[in-house]
Amino acid sequence: MKHLKEQIMKVIFFIAACTSVLAVALICIFLFANGLPAMGKIGLGKFLTGVIWKPSNNIFGILPMIMGSIYVTAGAIIIGVPIGLCTAVFMAHYCPKKIYGICKAAVNLMAGVPSVVYGFFGLVCIVPLMQDLTGHDGSTMLTASILLGIMILPTIVSVCEAAIRSVPTPYYEGALALGATKERSIFLTVIPAAKSGIVAGIVLGIGRAIGETMAVVMVAGNQARMPKGITRGVRTLTSNIVLEMGYAADLHREALIATGVVLFVFILLINLCVAALKRQDAK
Amino acid sequence: MKQNLKTALKHPLSFLLRIFILLSAAITMGVLLYIIIFIVAKGAPHLSLDLFAWEYTSDNVSMMPAIINTLIMTGLSLVIAVPFGIFAAIYLVEYAKRGSKLVKVIRMTAETLSGIPSIIYGLFGLLFFATYLHWGYSMWSGALTLVIMILPLVIRTTEEALIAVPDMYREASFGLGAGKLRTIFRIILPAAVPGILSGVILSIGRIVGETAALIYTSGTVAQTATDLTKSGRTLAVHMYSLSREGLHMDEAYATALVLLILVVLINAISDGIAKKVSKV
Repeated sequence: MKHLKEQIMKVIFFIAACTSVLAVALICIFLFANGLPAMGKIGLGKFLTGVIWKPSNNIFGILPMIMGSIYVTAGAIIIGVPIGLCTAVFMAHYCPKKIYGICKAAVNLMAGVPSVVYGFFGLVCIVPLMQDLTGHDGSTMLTASILLGIMILPTIVSVCEAAIRSVPTPYYEGALALGATKERSIFLTVIPAAKSGIVAGIVLGIGRAIGETMAVVMVAGNQARMPKGITRGVRTLTSNIVLEMGYAADLHREALIATGVVLFVFILLINLCVAALKRQDAK
Repeated sequence: MKQNLKTALKHPLSFLLRIFILLSAAITMGVLLYIIIFIVAKGAPHLSLDLFAWEYTSDNVSMMPAIINTLIMTGLSLVIAVPFGIFAAIYLVEYAKRGSKLVKVIRMTAETLSGIPSIIYGLFGLLFFATYLHWGYSMWSGALTLVIMILPLVIRTTEEALIAVPDMYREASFGLGAGKLRTIFRIILPAAVPGILSGVILSIGRIVGETAALIYTSGTVAQTATDLTKSGRTLAVHMYSLSREGLHMDEAYATALVLLILVVLINAISDGIAKKVSKV
């Protein structure tokens, strides 16, 4: 009897573990089944490299959105990674014990702030600021990059901090004992040793930035044309979906789902990169 | 001070790095502080009892229905996702053989899921729950979409919590003659509670703040969902609609403040519980 109960629970645990496999399978099947036909109808080349997106004329080219996503994400990484990494160093090696709790709580809180609140903050605070700086529309690529740079900070800080802390202290102490300054010890021994964790944090940040939707929609301007510079508006893959899905029908709707497929493939590639990095690191 | 200056001159690079480190930390904390102050200052004057009226009308864009919808959505998603997540983690940590191919696949899919942006979940929810299963824009569609979304988070945090339980506990329990199931539920899970709880609270935070996954699954109807098959917007979706329409910016500030307060509360509760449990 007891043995039976153990066996039954084992099966239940196993089924629960398989739900994530089922979920990924379903997501793949439904996205690809709904999105790939549109790519076929439009033509894969035309869809991916077309520079004009005019649903009313049945012209569906998403290169502007692909470039928009890449630029905005790159901007966010340029802004967010140095600040995030150094904040992580601060948290692990500089922060006085008394204020550590506050700092940690602040980073956690930052991670918890909903993206729509960040978006709203960007809309009512950074956009007017940009408007003053550029003299025209404040909803720009730079605005979106700054906002996303802020939004990926908590991810980068917490992952990097954990990575830095997991480096054995003898590394750090050894460097100090050899006469290196504190900064030198950290940046030349601790950080290289924590490389894999830090890279994981950055890649997670890229994933978060490229997939962010609501905040970007609210501040990026969303013009469906090729990006024309950092002080002009852009539209990303994510905003393209969320802006038009509400009223799209037929081929337009399918093209939007296909946009989702492209985004999904991007994310899968990023995931593969992480897996490859980890494997390399393990060797 | 003199000593500091001397070392700074001797090692200018170190000095610069130190300044940059301190500056970065100041920026990170400063940005958060600024966002909070900004939203509190702009939102607090517009908070009024009218905003918490039971009914939503186009004149009085009350957030009460949205708050109720958020509670329903959170409850519904957690009830499904938490047991699944914990059980999955138990299988991965306690039962699965190390290096088994299946476990690798499960880990990989869980990692994949956690990297998928919420708009993709929204798109999937629209295609599968709302369209294929004909549930339309409804609380169910939204909640199940969110279940898939938070599942990897629950699995990962629970897994970490279970791994952190020392093997000694397991060995002692087995040594005393307890079965595997008993060991898991009586010894390992209680020891792992703070970690699991932190994952659950993180999930609540994600649900409360989620917008992109819900717009096209649970829809944007501004009334309380009296039925789980009806559409209803959560607070975050409500806030997005308000700021997008641009007609009720004052109310949008107030809503942002309420959302922020909720998030701060959720964080505080999670910290409090985790500390209390870890003391015991």
